[in-house]
Amino acid sequence: MAELQFREALRAAMTEEMERDENVFLMGEEVAEYNGAYKVSQGMLDQFGPKRIIDTPISENGFSGLGIGAAMMGLRPIIEFMTWNFAFVAFDQIVSNAAKMRYMSGGQLKVPIVFRGGNGAAGQLAATHSNSTEPFYANVPGLKIVAPSNPDDAKGLLKSAIRDDDPVLFMESELMFGMKGEVSDAVDYTIPIGEARIAREGDDLTIVAHSKSYWLAMEAAEELSKQGYEATVIDPRTIRPFPFDAVIDSVKKTNRLVIVDESQPFGGIASEVGFQIQQRAFDYLDAPVQRVTAKDVPAPYAKNLIEAWMPSVDDTIAAAKRALYVN
Amino acid sequence: MAEKKTTSTAKKATASKTAASKATASKTAAKKTTASKTTAKKTTAKKTTRKPAPRKAPAKRTTARKAAAENPVPGAVGGDGAPSPIEGQSLNLGHAEAINAPGDADFRFYTEVDAYTHEELGLDVETLLDMYRNMLMQRRFEERAAQMYGRQKISGFLHLYIGQEAVSTGSVWATRPDDPIITAYRDHGLGLARGMSANACMAELFGKVDGSSRGKGGSMHFFDVSKHFYGGHGIVGGQIPVGVGLAFACKYKETGGVSLTYFGDGAINQGSFHEAANLAALYELPALLICENNQYAMGTSVERSRGSVDLYKQGYPYDMAGVLINGMDVFTVYKAMKDITDEAREGKPFMVDMRTYRYRGHSMSDPQKYRTKEEMEAKKDEDPIVRLKAYMLEHKLAENDALDTIDDEVKQVVLGAVEFAENSPYPPVETMYEDVYVQDDYPFIS
Repeated sequence: MAELQFREALRAAMTEEMERDENVFLMGEEVAEYNGAYKVSQGMLDQFGPKRIIDTPISENGFSGLGIGAAMMGLRPIIEFMTWNFAFVAFDQIVSNAAKMRYMSGGQLKVPIVFRGGNGAAGQLAATHSNSTEPFYANVPGLKIVAPSNPDDAKGLLKSAIRDDDPVLFMESELMFGMKGEVSDAVDYTIPIGEARIAREGDDLTIVAHSKSYWLAMEAAEELSKQGYEATVIDPRTIRPFPFDAVIDSVKKTNRLVIVDESQPFGGIASEVGFQIQQRAFDYLDAPVQRVTAKDVPAPYAKNLIEAWMPSVDDTIAAAKRALYVN
Repeated sequence: MAEKKTTSTAKKATASKTAASKATASKTAAKKTTASKTTAKKTTAKKTTRKPAPRKAPAKRTTARKAAAENPVPGAVGGDGAPSPIEGQSLNLGHAEAINAPGDADFRFYTEVDAYTHEELGLDVETLLDMYRNMLMQRRFEERAAQMYGRQKISGFLHLYIGQEAVSTGSVWATRPDDPIITAYRDHGLGLARGMSANACMAELFGKVDGSSRGKGGSMHFFDVSKHFYGGHGIVGGQIPVGVGLAFACKYKETGGVSLTYFGDGAINQGSFHEAANLAALYELPALLICENNQYAMGTSVERSRGSVDLYKQGYPYDMAGVLINGMDVFTVYKAMKDITDEAREGKPFMVDMRTYRYRGHSMSDPQKYRTKEEMEAKKDEDPIVRLKAYMLEHKLAENDALDTIDDEVKQVVLGAVEFAENSPYPPVETMYEDVYVQDDYPFIS
């Protein structure tokens, strides 16, 4: 085990996979000469050269499509978006081409591509730069979506994503690039896509949270524990396919569910999880499913407003208490 | 400032010209004839221009047309023996009125027709017959598809390629079978040119399980990866960056291949075209960006949608060589594509403006009110299939009977494809859940 930053874990995953398979290459804005806008790809140009670490112009639609074409011919591109907020201009490529190529060709083609980059809000960046984009893509069959919450998962899941024969969208929280954590240095360390991690076990309620929200959930669980309520915390790690079975199993024990999700509430991840659980474990629920999300307005700039906009530990505790019928 | 003024004046002039051409179609024809002449003249003057073949006597061309008139391809546009509204060797290239090439621009012009003989191009008679058979296959397939659409055997959108067959056949014959091809939704012609079977194509139109995409793609989404045909794409311009990605893979894997990315004149206004063109030039990719400029984006003519109508210049901002090709003559297309493809393989992308014309509407639901009957009539003499047939007869390369036999054979193959499609079952409903992911144990939510 070694202690690595989140960005270093991502880099380790990409480096190992590029060493293993010459068809893997990294492409994106500032990934090469500048060493990555968030320094995720630092040093990779020196190691792999400009054929495989490729700077692009600011043209997400263009280089996303280029990656898809390359993947259709057997390469395994990693396309870095500086942030997922800028990937909206590549939406057509991801949704119309990457996701649907296999289906519309009747299974003739595969698109083994990874799109990755920072996701969600990072402080006072205002509305255009603060989107948690998971729900937009989670609505599209043909895509896989991964959103890890710690460096170890980031490494193991990214390696799996690069090896996956389907298009994978890998979402990294912008505020987590510097987060440190123990990362396995086992040879060929991978974590399967689609398996939840049970981070904490308790009998009173279940809290589901991914990416940065996971840490809110853990903090809330600690506070609830002090007040005498023990929560199970589940990090799904993968948004699509979502590991519903792990949540159902937990709800069968705890009978109460809170979902923390930084995306918007209407048609969001929390909404889908809430629906699935009421449908598949209705008889086990002792209280309505609660959700904690960003507020249903564009992200504001002012410090107090953005803090109120984001899901918080207090919001999570309050939701848990609603589920527990205590106030 | 002076320059700006000139531009705006020129634009106004173009606008009034457009209005005028609407008013009197015959005038339009005359004007365009002049334009073609001008084009041809300037072509010869250009340094970068390939040396045109020696002009043929006009009488010969008349003979060719006569031959076509006497031996028309049944059902084909043209071959009615009407006097051609055009003179000189260039066909009507639509809006190509002025070639104001900047001094250092690498522009190539293949605007002539009847300019090359099959011997000059190194094509033997067998190959000519194959090309003829292929072009006929595209046309007969689509004529039958249109009929089946009328009988409601085919649903969805159906965009016919009729009139553009010289582009597909000329391109495919000029390139390697493993050069990847990608196109938009008017994809039947290129798919069939690349060797997709009529059976699989017709079955796909019928939405049957034996279709090329197992009934999941339909008309706009033909694919045959074994033939290096990468679709068949329904979003205008969306396939252009993907096509550049195919070129990227050719270079990365050192296959020596060149990607052929086709799109319509409407797609050139999409940002995806400009982003892809920039990337192709920046990374020196073996990419041919081929605009099948049939002069109408659905119902909007190029004049009504472009600040500049000379689409071959659209690569110029990226230092990309521009090529203007007369897409109504399969020899011209073949010659041009052969020339530039060899260069493209070395990592020199080209912007190709392939002037062509579709004789049918944008799709089956298009009443074509945006163009005049006179314009359509004026285009009849340009029919690429009639032209090739006339050439072969004129040069005594084939007997009329033999060519008719080929047509009969092709028609039989298409009829067989209809029967095949009729008899193929609909896809079992459970196949709806297949082909979404490569990973077959993917946990679907039903």
